[in-house]
Amino acid sequence: MHQLTVAQIAQGLREKHFSSVEITQHYLDRIAAKDDSIRAYITVCPERALAQAAAADARLAAGNAGALTGVPIAHKDIFCTKGVKTTCASKMLDNFIAPYDATVVENLDRAGTVMLGKTNMDEFAMGSSNETSFYGTPRNPWDQERVAGGSSGGSAAAVAAQLAPIASGTDTGGSIRQPASLCGLSGIKPTYGRVSRWGMIAFASSLDQGGVIARNAEDAALMLQDMASHDAKDSTNSGQPIDDFGATLNDSLQGKRIGIPKQYFGAGLDTETGNAVQAALEQYRAMGAELIEIDLPHTELAVPAYYVIAPAEASANLSRFDGVRYGHRCDNPTDLMDLYMRSRAEGFGDEVKRRIMVGAYALSAGYYDAYFRKAQQVRRLISQDFQQAFADVDFIAGPTCPQPAFKLGEKTSDPVAMYLEDIYTIPVSLAGLPAMSIPCGTSHGLPVGLQLIGRHFDETGVLQLAHQYQRATDWHTRTPAGLE
Amino acid sequence: MAIDKHEIDKLSRLARLSVSEEDSADVADRITRILDLVDQLQAVDTTGVAPMSHPLDAVQRLRADEVTELNQREAFQAVAPNAEQGLYLVPKVIE
Amino acid sequence: MSWETVIGLEVHVQLATQSKIFSGSSTAFGAEPNTQASAVDLALPGTLPVPNAKAFEYAVMFGLAVNAEIGTTSHFERKNYFYPDLPKGYQTTQLEQPIVGAGYVDLNLSEGRTKRVRIHHAHLEEDAGKSLHEDFHGMSGIDLNRAGTPLIEIVSEPDMSNAEEAVAFAKQLHAIVTSLGICDGEMAQGSMRFDVNISVRRPGEPLGTRTETKNLNSFRFMEEAIKLEVERQIDVLEDGGKINQETRLYNGDTKKARAMRSKEEANDYRYFPCPDLLPVILDEGYVERVRQNIPELPDQRAARFVSDYQLSDYDAGILAADRQLSAYFEAAANNGQAKLCANWIMGDISASLNTSDMSINTCPVTPEQLAGLVARIADDTISNKQAKKVFELMWSDGGSADEIIEKHGMKQVSDTGALEQIVDEVLASKPQEVANYLAAEESKRKKMMGAFMGPIMQATKGQANPGMVNKILAQKLNALAK
Repeated sequence: MHQLTVAQIAQGLREKHFSSVEITQHYLDRIAAKDDSIRAYITVCPERALAQAAAADARLAAGNAGALTGVPIAHKDIFCTKGVKTTCASKMLDNFIAPYDATVVENLDRAGTVMLGKTNMDEFAMGSSNETSFYGTPRNPWDQERVAGGSSGGSAAAVAAQLAPIASGTDTGGSIRQPASLCGLSGIKPTYGRVSRWGMIAFASSLDQGGVIARNAEDAALMLQDMASHDAKDSTNSGQPIDDFGATLNDSLQGKRIGIPKQYFGAGLDTETGNAVQAALEQYRAMGAELIEIDLPHTELAVPAYYVIAPAEASANLSRFDGVRYGHRCDNPTDLMDLYMRSRAEGFGDEVKRRIMVGAYALSAGYYDAYFRKAQQVRRLISQDFQQAFADVDFIAGPTCPQPAFKLGEKTSDPVAMYLEDIYTIPVSLAGLPAMSIPCGTSHGLPVGLQLIGRHFDETGVLQLAHQYQRATDWHTRTPAGLE
Repeated sequence: MAIDKHEIDKLSRLARLSVSEEDSADVADRITRILDLVDQLQAVDTTGVAPMSHPLDAVQRLRADEVTELNQREAFQAVAPNAEQGLYLVPKVIE
Repeated sequence: MSWETVIGLEVHVQLATQSKIFSGSSTAFGAEPNTQASAVDLALPGTLPVPNAKAFEYAVMFGLAVNAEIGTTSHFERKNYFYPDLPKGYQTTQLEQPIVGAGYVDLNLSEGRTKRVRIHHAHLEEDAGKSLHEDFHGMSGIDLNRAGTPLIEIVSEPDMSNAEEAVAFAKQLHAIVTSLGICDGEMAQGSMRFDVNISVRRPGEPLGTRTETKNLNSFRFMEEAIKLEVERQIDVLEDGGKINQETRLYNGDTKKARAMRSKEEANDYRYFPCPDLLPVILDEGYVERVRQNIPELPDQRAARFVSDYQLSDYDAGILAADRQLSAYFEAAANNGQAKLCANWIMGDISASLNTSDMSINTCPVTPEQLAGLVARIADDTISNKQAKKVFELMWSDGGSADEIIEKHGMKQVSDTGALEQIVDEVLASKPQEVANYLAAEESKRKKMMGAFMGPIMQATKGQANPGMVNKILAQKLNALAK
């Protein structure tokens, strides 16, 4: 049953091949049996899930079910869930139970999905390997000595290990696309503003965007459909009409123009990864798309700009964790300063603390213009690069990551080496564009991701591009060995 | 730009994050590496480029002036580390 | 050599919206602690701000009332600092593009002097919560009901040179915001709070180091605090000392001020544009619509009171400064006795309100009751002295003037026949006094009439109309003299 795609599960439920309670129980059993080694979940909620499943079965029986009613899913532990612990993988929120649901959770609950649990992640979504989690590091199901990527590493590990058919994630600089790439999955980061940020614990507000990690593009389209909404509670949520994201999945790519940025194939790109991506691009040519080399001249400035903007926003976003109203509080504070200094030092992990300090530095008196303002200007240059490119092409494609999954601990000693992991995903985040990573081959036996980038709000096109590739290839159907 | 221990001290107070004496050098080293990375920005000519705070040229929506929130003090204070008589308690605030 | 004082004000005005600036919580004053603090106000994780349209409308109204440029594009910044009454660890405020740009107000000072005070800008921001310093096992209690209440912070240029001007400016702002209806003006509840920047210098020299005295919430305290601080600075400088740039607190009870413990070594607020909020664009049409709906401003109203009700400039100015007071006055004055009503409002009513710590909104005597009282004074039914008694009863027990007069039998005796008879009786009973009167010189006679007034008033139990008694008495005595 765990080999079924979401589309197949939905069909199976409607045709009464199995009930939601049955498939939910099946997944709960798998999680109980296998997650000790994978560590994809921070919290599993069997009772809540089975109750939701029973309600979904009733809806299915009554004939008022939606497309995803009864389908088990997992949520990244960054989305607040009423009554279920929401930790952001931080000691700071180890005891935090939100008194409200994130809009994403509310939307998917309303659609009738069943939440199996909350997935592991980098602490406050800061990381590219999930090694900053307070709850241990999820393993890459393809090679358990390796990382699943981050920050949505738990969601990727859960879907790759078939401990959930699909999961939500969030992406600030690559946190959906990179783990999807490393785990051989299809992950979509929608346009900034497409999915509500209400109840999604903020890392960097102008970059954070919720999305989906799935086994294929068709499933991703289904879940995104129920996830996206217009939300008056999020000022940055877009009022753009919510398209039928799957509308053109089966349409031909004949005549579509795909831009290939030369900067995405330079030094630092692993040879086998590059080869796999080139082969995928040739596949597109074979399907009738036109490949056009494009120039994104400011690409190499994206990582530096990002590592000013994201920490600066985070430094303020994380000030609320002060031990006063919720979250970790140190024992016996001697005075106010001590309460703040120790509660925050004890509650946050090293990477989070580093980023807060870098952010505070970049905003502080005398450095604002040289760092923060400069980074915001460079952000515009990067965004303009894309705008110019999209005048000539419909999509942009290239590798998601410079290399496949790396070993646990390999990059923890050097923050900068870890940051460069996101060199191809960060520019897209700065520009707020929709992008997807889909599996397109292997390097050293590990999955390689192809990144597909669209114009603002063209998730439909990006999903079509992904689905057409998946109709012609079978990389997305491969699963890691040993987890049957 | 190299960050020294003194600067880490200042940042740690500004950000309200205590950094122990023994960690200080290591923290300084790692933050220096990050700043070396972002210092690449200094080489770019950005004359006349407007800073970009937000990826889309969107405009703020305004909310109607209506009271929509009910009292949820009990639920909110259920997760509070120290609350009494409806108040959040903190070490004495001295102005 | 003399000293010059330079004063600038920062004024925090709580806007009278129903809900908070970034959340749907109520802004009502006086609720149980933290019962009006929503998830957004408490900065729970994942919560986001959505600005209140009314706060913008009110800020624009203020801007138009002080002749300011309106920022058709404005946006919010985060001002970062840690404090337990600031749940997010930053205040959402406006720095680079405030909603209200440069403007001015004109002040009427004593002896007919006027002065223009320039406004640098005014911006929208959120209020903080409150720290309660009662002892909770040696800890402070935090109430976040006030957190997120919309404020405009009005920043003046340093255009004032003494306490009188600063207070006049503060009062003028109070009059403007209450007239616009954008603030309830309740100073005791903190609806308006003043920070005063003060420095002194020798004439012609550059500006001296300034101090900021924070959070003054009455005009009287403000005046006292300014005088005290100016004296202190001059003393320090004349003793060869130096002024420290510092924040000070004034205690209105002890009449003393002290420097605040500085919150941080040096404040580094790390302002940056709030990424949870987008630029607010208000087009010309919007500003024009707000302009159309601006109610009468205090200066316009004062001019109207002079022309419509024939009030003096002084009286008109005092009444017009307060919208509620003006409304009360106009409701009472439609009986045609405007001058009398104005006197009563500025006299007995204001005094009684002061004594019982009430405002005109909660005045137990309604404008209709006052109008009824004034009408009976005007038609000589009661004397001024009786009127005061009626007013007291009205204040404590309610009822109309006519009811009270009736119930207490206070009707002034104005019946000429009855009064003539009483006067005749009194004169008859005092032959010696009448003889003395008639023998006296003309110039002394007037004074001697008092000898008869007392007994006459006594005979009427004080209810005789004194004017009529005077008239009749004079007639009778004059007749005897002939």
